[in-house]
Amino acid sequence: MRVTVRLFARLRDITGTAEMPREVSTGATIATVWRDLAGEFPGLSAYERSMSSALNEDYVRMDAEVHDGDEIAFLPPVSGG
Amino acid sequence: MLAIGPAPLALEPLVSAVAADSDGVDGAIVTFLGLARNHNQGRRVRYLEYEAYTPLALKTFARIAVEARERWPGVRVALHHRTGRVNIGEASVAIVTASPHRGDAYSSCRYVIERVKQIAPVWKREYFEGGDVWIEGATADPDDATAREHAERIACA
Repeated sequence: MRVTVRLFARLRDITGTAEMPREVSTGATIATVWRDLAGEFPGLSAYERSMSSALNEDYVRMDAEVHDGDEIAFLPPVSGG
Repeated sequence: MLAIGPAPLALEPLVSAVAADSDGVDGAIVTFLGLARNHNQGRRVRYLEYEAYTPLALKTFARIAVEARERWPGVRVALHHRTGRVNIGEASVAIVTASPHRGDAYSSCRYVIERVKQIAPVWKREYFEGGDVWIEGATADPDDATAREHAERIACA
């Protein structure tokens, strides 16, 4: 299945792209997608414990299952205000 | 009353929006503007640039407003955050709270800005003399009860 991954701020700088399509296997979770991505872009690994994740524009835990067409976002620590 | 985007911020429309909902019950409106300042951690800041995950930011603002109402019943919240370049002295965030009681209006206003800093998917990049850097604060976790309690404590200090 195919999902869209969105990356923000420093994570976008590390990968060089704000949005990318990714192929994932059935049963994949947010964690699966992250590990796959961090394998391709080792600079992401430093964010393993500090980033947050979202699925279809809602915050989710890393064990959330993803489905075809989903939008997944990885968010570095926030700094609004 | 909840918005995020590149337009410059103004308090008056937020105050009017909150006041329009009042039906005469309000005893106080408190306003807050967060500004881009010219120094941070020993650096001379030239300007800031904000980026956001807009749809999630709006949902998060709505969540924060609900939290504020749970803690301070009767409070109403307006919240605008800016994206893109924000020059020194300009506002990056505007918050207005209204309540029958001034104490609740002050506390909820402080609570809202603390929660924005904790959980809103917004990032600032600081452009200073000599370089630029993404500022990274809190790991956003809306369900973290400890963070929420921390914001409530600050709000009531």
